Amino acid sequence: MATTTENKQQLLDNYRMMVLIRHFEERAAQLYTQAHIGGYCHLNIGEEATVVGALSTLGPKDIVFTAYRDHGHALALGSDPGAVMAELCGKATGVSKGRGGSMHLFDLEHRLYGGYGIVGGHLPLAVGAALAIQYREEDGVVMCIFGEGATNIGAFHEAMNMAKVYHLPVLFFCANNQYAMGSMPEEDSAVPEMWMKACAYDMAAERIDGMDFFSVREATRRAVERMRETREPMFLEAFTYRFRGHSMADAGRYRSQDEVREWQRRDPIQLLGRRLEEDGILDTRTREDIEKAVDEEVERATRFALESPSPETDDLYQYVYTEEDE
Amino acid sequence: MATKTYREALNDALREEMHRDQDVFIIGQDVGKFEGAYRVTQGLLSEFGPKRVKDAPISETAIVGAGIGAAMAGLRPVVEFMTINFTLVAMDQIVNHAAKIRYMFGGQVSVPLVMRTPGGGGQQLTAQHSQNLEHWFAHVPGLKVVAPVSPADAKGLLKMAIRDPDPVFVLENLALYNTKGEVPDEDYEIPLGSADVKREGKDISIFAHSRMVNVALRAAERLEDEEGISAEVVDLRSLRPLDTETILNSVRKTNRAMTVEEGWATFGVGGEIVSLLMDQAFDDLDAPVKRVGGEEVPMPYSKPLERAAIPSVDRVYDVALQVLA
Ligand SMILES: Cc1ncc(C[n+]2csc(CCOP(=O)(O)OP(=O)(O)O)c2C)c(N)n1
Repeated sequence: MATTTENKQQLLDNYRMMVLIRHFEERAAQLYTQAHIGGYCHLNIGEEATVVGALSTLGPKDIVFTAYRDHGHALALGSDPGAVMAELCGKATGVSKGRGGSMHLFDLEHRLYGGYGIVGGHLPLAVGAALAIQYREEDGVVMCIFGEGATNIGAFHEAMNMAKVYHLPVLFFCANNQYAMGSMPEEDSAVPEMWMKACAYDMAAERIDGMDFFSVREATRRAVERMRETREPMFLEAFTYRFRGHSMADAGRYRSQDEVREWQRRDPIQLLGRRLEEDGILDTRTREDIEKAVDEEVERATRFALESPSPETDDLYQYVYTEEDE
Repeated sequence: MATKTYREALNDALREEMHRDQDVFIIGQDVGKFEGAYRVTQGLLSEFGPKRVKDAPISETAIVGAGIGAAMAGLRPVVEFMTINFTLVAMDQIVNHAAKIRYMFGGQVSVPLVMRTPGGGGQQLTAQHSQNLEHWFAHVPGLKVVAPVSPADAKGLLKMAIRDPDPVFVLENLALYNTKGEVPDEDYEIPLGSADVKREGKDISIFAHSRMVNVALRAAERLEDEEGISAEVVDLRSLRPLDTETILNSVRKTNRAMTVEEGWATFGVGGEIVSLLMDQAFDDLDAPVKRVGGEEVPMPYSKPLERAAIPSVDRVYDVALQVLA
C-alpha cells in the first residue's frame, strides 16, 4: 500500500495540514458569525483531501489558480495562516492587503495566483500562465481548480479547447462537491460526470475518490509527472462533498441532514487518520498533539488577524495602477 | 519623417516592440497566417514565427484571459480582437479580471496587457459590427484607454501601451486604417493620458477622439472659411486617464465648447467632458456645452441610413454655430 513506501513525516504533515484547514475554517465560521469577517465566505470543510492531496504534489515552479473557495489552498501552499485570516478580516496585514477578502487570496511567494469570484473566470488565466511557461521553455505546470458547476460556463470550454490546441501543461482539477449552490449535476449538466467533458477536448481524464487523500494524491501525482513529460493538459475530477453550506450565508434547504450525515461518515480527515493509525504512523497521542498544535496555530492566526490594523483609507487608491516607485 | 498609413504605423509599432522585447507576443484570431482581419499584423508571422504571433481559436474569452494570465506570469501580450464588437463576449475577462487583479490582490502582480481592436461604422457592416464601445472600458478603474486618430499617434500610443505595466485598451478605427500621415523615423514617446491640440483656435473648443477628430477638423475648416470662426480641435487621444488640464486650458481660452463622438452620446464621452467643465470651468463658459454623437439607433445597413446615423461634418458645423449663437 501507498503508506509503506511513504515518507512517514510527509504523511503526518499532510494529515496535519488537513486538520489545520478544518480548524481554520471552523474558526473562520465563528469569526463570520461574530462579524469579524464580512461578505461571502466559502469553506473547504469536507473537501480537505482534494486540497491537500492535490497541492502536495506540486513543486516550487508550479502555479495554482483556484476559485473563491480558497482558504485551504492558500494554507496548503504555505501561506501564513495569520496573513490568510487577516485577509478574511480585511486587514492591512492580509495576503492581499485587505483588498481581496475571503474570495481573493493571492500569494506570489507560494505560487498561488489567486482565488477568483466569477465562476470559471480563472480558467483562461491558468491557460495564459501555462502559455508563459511554454513560451519561456520552463518546466513548471499549472494547476487550475474549480467546482463541477464551473464546467457549465463558456469560459471552461474555451479554456479546455485552447489548452489542448496549444499543448499547454494545465491540470484542470475539478472538485466535484455535487452542489453548485443548490444545483446538482443531474439537474444542470448534460453529462453526469465531469471527466466526460474532457473527452471532447481529447484530454486524458480520470475520476477519483475525493474523500480519500491517497486516491487524490496518487492520481494527481501521476498526472503531474506525466504532464512534466508530455506538456499536455489533463483533467481530474475529484468526487467529494462539502459538509457546510455553499457559503456562510446558506441554510442548505436543498439537501437533507441525513444526506450530509451519510457523507460525514466518510470524513476525509478521519479516513486518513484511520489509515495512518492502521499503518502505525499515527497514534492517539500524536493525534492529540497535532490537534493541540493546530488549535494554537489557529488561535495565533486569529489573534494576529484581530489585532492587525485595517488598511489606511488614505491608501484607498493604492494598487489600482502600477506605481513607478513600487 | 515618412508618410505611412495608420495600418502601417501600427504594424511598425508592433514590429519594433517585438524586436525590442522578446516577451512581447501577439495573440488573436487570424493574426498569423491570415495576417489579421484588417492586416495590421501583416508580415509578422513570417518575421517572428508562430510562437510570437499566435493564431487563436474563436474564443475571445480564452484569448484575452490567456493574455491576462501570461501577463501575470511576466509576458507582454498584445491581444487583437477582430473588432470591438467581439469584446462583448469577453467582457468578464476584461472588466472582472484584467482591471481588478492588481488591486484585489494587493498589488502583488501587474497585468501588462494590450488589447487592440478597431471600432466605428461607415462600412455598411450593420448593427452588430459598427459599434463604438470604448467608453465602456474607460468607465472601469484599472484599465487605460487610448484612441489615436493619426498614424503618428497610433504608432506612438501603441508602443507606449505595450511598454505600460497595466492593461491598456487601444481603440483603432476601421475607417482610419488607410488614412495617411507623417510618422517620425526615430523612437518617440506619447505619454498615455495626454490630449493633443490638433488645431489651435480662439472661439470654440471641439473635443473629439479617434476618427471624429478628423470630422471635427473638417468642420473647423468650414467654420473658418465660411464664418470666420476660429475653432480649436482638441484630440482627447486618451479616455482614461483623461487629460483634464489640456481640456480645461482650451476652454479657459475659448469660453465655448462642444464634444463629438462617433458612438451614442447618451452616457458617453461627451457627457464626461461636460461634467468636467461644469465642475471646473463653469465660470469660464459663455454658453451651454453641446454634444454630438451617433444617432441612437442600431446601425442600419442602407447607405443613406447609415450615413444619417454617423456624425457628419455638417452636423458638427451646425452644432458649433448653435454654441456660438
Ligand atoms: C458567472 C457567475 N455566475 C454565478 C455566480 C454565483 N455563484 C457563485 S458560486 C456558484 C456555484 C458554483 O458551483 P461550483 O462551480 O460547483 O463550485 P462550488 O461552489 O461548489 O465549490 C454560483 C452559481 C458567479 N459567482 N459567477
